[in-house]
Amino acid sequence: MNDVSQEGLLDWAGPIAEGALTTLEIAVLSYAIGLVLGLIGASARLSPWAPLRGLATAYSTAVRAIPELLLIILLYYAGSQALTALTQALGLPGQVAISGFVTAVGVLAFVQGAYMTEVLRGAILAIPKGQLEAADAFGFSAWTRFHRIVIPGMLPNAIPGMSNLWLILIKDTALISVIGFSELFFTVQQAAASTRAQFLFYSVAGVIYLAMTLTSTALFARLERYVRRGQPANEEG
Amino acid sequence: MDFSWLNDPFYQSYLMEGFINTLLLIAVSAVGGLALAVALAMARLKGPRPLAWVIHGFTTVMRGTPLLVQLFFFYYGVGRLLEGIPGIQESLIWPVLRDPFFYGALTFILSVGAYSGEVIRGALLSVPAGEREAGRAFGLSPVQVFFRLWLPRAIQTCLPTLTGEMVLLLKSIPLVSTIAMMDLLQAANIIRDEMFLVYEPLMLIAGIYLAMTVVLTLVLRQLEQRFPGMRPTRGRRLIPGRA
Amino acid sequence: MKNNLLTAAALALLTFSTITPADEPLKIGISAEPYPPFTYTSADGGWSGFEVELGLAFCEAMERECEIKPTGWSGIIPSLKAGRIDMIMNSMSITEARQRVIDFSDPYYFTPGAYVAAKDMTLTPPDDLDGQVLGVQSATTNATYTRRALRDSGAQVRLYDQAEQVNRDLLSGRLDVILADQIAMLELVERDAAEGFEIKGTAPHHPAYGDGVGIGLRQDDDALEAELNEAIAEVLENGTCTRLSNEYFDTDICT
Repeated sequence: MNDVSQEGLLDWAGPIAEGALTTLEIAVLSYAIGLVLGLIGASARLSPWAPLRGLATAYSTAVRAIPELLLIILLYYAGSQALTALTQALGLPGQVAISGFVTAVGVLAFVQGAYMTEVLRGAILAIPKGQLEAADAFGFSAWTRFHRIVIPGMLPNAIPGMSNLWLILIKDTALISVIGFSELFFTVQQAAASTRAQFLFYSVAGVIYLAMTLTSTALFARLERYVRRGQPANEEG
Repeated sequence: MDFSWLNDPFYQSYLMEGFINTLLLIAVSAVGGLALAVALAMARLKGPRPLAWVIHGFTTVMRGTPLLVQLFFFYYGVGRLLEGIPGIQESLIWPVLRDPFFYGALTFILSVGAYSGEVIRGALLSVPAGEREAGRAFGLSPVQVFFRLWLPRAIQTCLPTLTGEMVLLLKSIPLVSTIAMMDLLQAANIIRDEMFLVYEPLMLIAGIYLAMTVVLTLVLRQLEQRFPGMRPTRGRRLIPGRA
Repeated sequence: MKNNLLTAAALALLTFSTITPADEPLKIGISAEPYPPFTYTSADGGWSGFEVELGLAFCEAMERECEIKPTGWSGIIPSLKAGRIDMIMNSMSITEARQRVIDFSDPYYFTPGAYVAAKDMTLTPPDDLDGQVLGVQSATTNATYTRRALRDSGAQVRLYDQAEQVNRDLLSGRLDVILADQIAMLELVERDAAEGFEIKGTAPHHPAYGDGVGIGLRQDDDALEAELNEAIAEVLENGTCTRLSNEYFDTDICT
C-alpha cells in the first residue's frame, strides 16, 4: 500500500494559506495582549512601590534571558495545567479543555509582554522630563497625564522597538509548531513530508514569512512617519 | 519536584554530551558568523554594486524568515539536494555532510553573518575617514589600515550591540534539537520521555542557559573594558576641544 | 467597570475553550505528526490510517461519538492528563514506565521493532552496528530500547521528533540504519523511494517494548476503560480489526 500522496504544491496551497491565516491571527492577538502586558509591566517597573518594581523586573529579566523555545515548551504545559486547575478551582463543571489556540496565544503574549516592557520603559524614560513636570504643574490627573502626555510622547520612541518585536513575533510563531500546534510551518512540514518535495515547500515557507515581514516593515515605517508628524526632522523625540 | 534523575550517570552522560555540543556549536557559529559579517560588511562598502545588492538581498531574507524554517530548509531542503549529487556519498566530506552539526553551524553562521553584518557595516561607516587617511599617510598598507585601525575602531563602537547579538545566538541554539542534533534540549527531552516529567528537565536546561547568558555577558563586558577608549577618560582630554 | 472587564475576559476565554461533560464526543488523541500507515493525513486535512479507522470502529461499538484530535506526540501524555484528549490511540506500547502515569486498555495489536538498512549492507543487528549511524524517533519504545540495549553496540544514535524525518534521512543516506515499528517499516520498504532498502531483522523482546499496543487512558477514568475494553473485545471478535489489518498490512496483527 502506497499511502504517500503524489499531491503537489497546488493541492497544498489551501491548507498552507489557512496556516498562514492562523499564524497571523495568533500573532495579532499575542501582540495586542503582549502590548497591554508591556504597558502594565513598564508602569510597574517605573512605579515608586518597590515590590511591584521587583516583580516586573524579575518578569522581564527572566523571560528575556531564557531561550524562546524552552519558554514556549515550559509555558505551554505549565499554562494549560494552570488554566485547567484554575477553572476547576472556580467550580466549573466537567473538564474544561483549553484549546491549543488559546494556550499558544497566551504563551506568546506572555513572552512578548516581557520584551515589550523593556521597549516601552525605555521609550517612557526618553520623554523629556519637562513635559511631565509641566503636566503636573497644570494639575493633570495621573490618568490624564498618562493618556495625554505619556503615551503620545512615548510612541515615537517606541515604534522602532515595537516594529522589531512584531517581526520577531511573526518569526517566533513558527516555534509553536514544535509543540504540534498547526500553524503555517507545521502545515508546510506536513506538505513537505507527504510530497517529498522538501526544498520546494521550505522555500515556499520562507517566501511567505518574508512577505509577512516585508509588508510589516513597510506598514510600521508609515506608522512611524505618522506618529512623528509635527516633530522637527532630526529630533529623536 | 523530582530531580532524582540528576544522579543517574545514564542521564548525566546525555546532559554532558548535549552541553559540549552546545558549547562547540556556539563557538563555531560565533567565530564563523563574525568573520562572515566582516566580509559581508566590507563587500557591501567596497565591492561592486551588484554584489552589494545580492548581499542586501541575502541579509533581508535571513532577517525576514524564522530561524527554524532556515534550519529545516538547509537540513532537509538543501541537504537533500546535496546528497543527490552522484559520488558525494563516498567522498571524504560525507561524514560532515550527513551530520546535523554541520547544517546547524551553517545556518547559524549565515544568520549571525546577516545580522552582525548590518551592525558592523554601520560601525565601519561611522569611523571618521580622517583616521584611515592618517594611517595611509603613515605608510600603512590598506590591509594594515583595515586590521589595525578601521576594524578595531568600528568594533569598539558596536561592541555592546555585538554582545546583544551573541546573546541572541545563544538563545537560538536549542532549535537544533529539531534537526536531530544532541544538544541540551534533546538531552532534556530524553529525560522527559523516560521519566515522564514535564517541568524538571526543562527547568534545569533553562537554568543552564541562564548561567551561560550571565557568563557570556560578563566576559564580553570585560572585553569591552579592555578596548582603548571605552573606559571614561580621567582628567583632561588629550587635545582640548576635539571629541 | 472593572467587573465588566473581568467578566468579558472570562467569557472570551471560555468561548475559545469547551466544557466537556460526559455525553460530549470523545477526543481520540493521535500524533499530529503523520505515522503512516497507522495515521496519516492528506492535503484536505482528513485523517485516515489503520488506527484512525480502528478507533472509529471502537467508538461505534461503544455507541459514542468520537473526534480525532491531532496532538504533538512528545506532549501527548501531558495532554491526556490535562484533559485535552480523552484517549491516546497511536501505536503506544504498554510499558511499565508508562503505566506509572497512565492506564491502558487491553492491547489491540502487537508488532516488534524492525531494523531497516540498505540492501547491499550486510547487517545482522545488533552485532554489526558498530560505527553505524542509527536513527530512531524520540519518545518511542524503540528509542528507549536503543538507549538501554544498544548503548555499547558502538552505534551513533540520532533522535528525531517525527517518524517521517527518520525515514527521510535513511532514504537520503544520512542514516545507515533505523529502528522503528515493524509494520511501519513494512510499509516503508514498499515505497518506490525505498527500493534499495530492506528489513534486516527485528529487535528481541525487551522490557522497553512492553506487552503490545494499547489505548492510553487517564488513571482515574475507569468507566471509559471498562467501556473501551468491551468495545475492543467486540471489534477483535467480530473480525473488524482483522479485516482492517489485512487491508492495510496484508497480515493480521491484532492480538
